[in-house]
Amino acid sequence: MKRIPYFPGCAMKDQARDYERAAQAALAALGCELVELPRWNCCGTVYSLANDDLMRHVGPVRNLIRVQDMGEDRVLTLCAMCYGTLRRSARFVAADPERLSRINAFMSDEHDYRGGVEVLHLLGLLRDVVGYENLASKVVRPLTGVRAAPYYGCTLVRPREVGVDNPDQPEVFERVLSALGAEVAEFPYKVECCGAYLTVGAPAIVAGRVRDIVASAAANGADLIVTSCPLCQFNLEARRPGIGPRLPVAYLGQLLAWALGADACLPPEAEALIQGTTPAAAGAQQR
Amino acid sequence: MLTVYIMGKGYRVPEGLTIMKAMEYAGYRLVRGCGCRGGYCGACATVYRLPGDYRLYADLACQTTVQDGMYIAQLPSTPAERADYQLSQVAPRGEALLALYPELARCVACNTCTRSCPQKLEVMDAVQAALRGDIRQVAELTFDCVQCGLCAMRCPAEIAHYHVWQLARRLCGAYLTPRAQHLARRVAEVESGAFDAELDRLMGMGKDELAKAYQARDIEP
Amino acid sequence: MADGLRLSREALAAPFVGKVEELSGQNLSACYQCGKCAAGCLFTEHMDALPNQVLRRVQLGDESVLAASAPWACASCLACAVRCPKGVDVARVMEALRLLALRRGLPHLDPRATAGVPQIALVGAYRKLTP
Ligand code: SF4
Ligand code: SF4
Ligand code: FES
Repeated sequence: MKRIPYFPGCAMKDQARDYERAAQAALAALGCELVELPRWNCCGTVYSLANDDLMRHVGPVRNLIRVQDMGEDRVLTLCAMCYGTLRRSARFVAADPERLSRINAFMSDEHDYRGGVEVLHLLGLLRDVVGYENLASKVVRPLTGVRAAPYYGCTLVRPREVGVDNPDQPEVFERVLSALGAEVAEFPYKVECCGAYLTVGAPAIVAGRVRDIVASAAANGADLIVTSCPLCQFNLEARRPGIGPRLPVAYLGQLLAWALGADACLPPEAEALIQGTTPAAAGAQQR
Repeated sequence: MLTVYIMGKGYRVPEGLTIMKAMEYAGYRLVRGCGCRGGYCGACATVYRLPGDYRLYADLACQTTVQDGMYIAQLPSTPAERADYQLSQVAPRGEALLALYPELARCVACNTCTRSCPQKLEVMDAVQAALRGDIRQVAELTFDCVQCGLCAMRCPAEIAHYHVWQLARRLCGAYLTPRAQHLARRVAEVESGAFDAELDRLMGMGKDELAKAYQARDIEP
Repeated sequence: MADGLRLSREALAAPFVGKVEELSGQNLSACYQCGKCAAGCLFTEHMDALPNQVLRRVQLGDESVLAASAPWACASCLACAVRCPKGVDVARVMEALRLLALRRGLPHLDPRATAGVPQIALVGAYRKLTP
């Protein structure tokens, strides 16, 4: 078993706990054991874009210190937003030793952060550590016939220097879904924003975004949307309009677990769809 | 004798006093910011600095000994609103804490609250647990909170921690802790009259006899 | 745009412009108004000034832009930032404007409007919409 330090983030312990459970089971099937950081705090979910807001880096850097304290130099996230904030803060302090030393001085209750912790996302892990071919060879319940739309959203691909893949033409999500046997539904909204945190104060704006995203996925043949972001997941489900196509939404980890024959904890709509589509599922049911 | 500065004014006070006693020695009559005098009630929240030290310390006045040159200010009350709820209407689910105290989401993980807590609780960890909906963990981490409010006064995210702790402990006690079976058994015993004779005997005792019986009582280990 | 915006040396050198540049870390004069940011922004239908217009108004020292709806319809998705040919991160300018307005006491997020959303949304909203 490969031990991989793991930063869950709040959503994985609450709203997205099925994603976490499924991803853990799936990664175990791939020979990776997720080792949760013994202590961790909220990443802040949105990276501060202001120059005078050093305090907003304290949370992410404190988590990087926890990784360092484990004697490790990399940490995995399942959540796209955690990935964005942690990875951006890691880059920020790497590029600005002066401000890192101020943050270290402020956190007098921790060891100094020395830099060098790499933040990985599940997609990057599947591509770079597991490998697409290896992944495909471990599939026991291929998602044959399932037309899945890979919805990256924002923080997986933007900004450019931080993204798991090229923001204009990313392919890692598609290749992972293909490795799992799914058919990929290409759609033009795959890297477009769902409205994110506007869901709190301006849900109508988000509803408009979600309507377009879902309609585009459906128009391009998708019967399922896949995400790794709990905020996208919430918006896609809670803010979708009452009319128009209702595509089920599943987390990347859930499809992964399904295909690898692990406990997938799928939401009922997605599970019914996969059950009804894949031949392997029919076989599995008979058993 | 030492010199201390209470609310900006210098006083000479004897060594070894607590901040609370030193204030009374200096002539303050404490009608607020003073309760149990034993470190339990949390009424005597106080902040202070020491000469040559930038740090702003926070502690209980009844539990902290004065030091020479100490700058002292009391914080007898923390302005903070306690959410209005009926415990029986609140489900013990993760989102309960966040629904009533959404400002929990503002925590920046600076750990200032932990550094301010006179009870040496892991306050930030409790905020983080509350944020991720782990009511039981919050209740455990904050069991010893005395509601002094010092964390809340120092928090840059303006969270009113101790009200959240109280809600978490209530939810934990009401819903998440297994009911004590022996309690129900004992109540039934009491109701069935099993102790009536013994109680009557106690009620009939004179003061001296009662005192003797008290001294000789069995003490649970 | 505000009525009768006057161009003047004073306005161009106003502390407001410097403050936005400092907070955002962006060289505002690099923007040549190509409008690619606005073309990529998904939220313009809720904005009373397009992202490039917001930038222009800041360039010209027009402080009334602080009252524009644009920064509050911006979701910090960075669609603008990745496509600006001049490397201006427009999302950072939006953030600077939000912060300046919030620090001047603009009403912040109403906590009573936060019911029923998960922590991932709340944390983001509080970070972006409260001082
Ligand atoms: S948690 Fe806060 S209110 Fe409770 S004892 Fe510690 S500082 Fe005081
Ligand atoms: S003081 Fe406030 S912001 Fe800082 S760690 Fe404690 S709760 Fe979070
Ligand atoms: S007076 Fe009660 S804790 Fe100090």
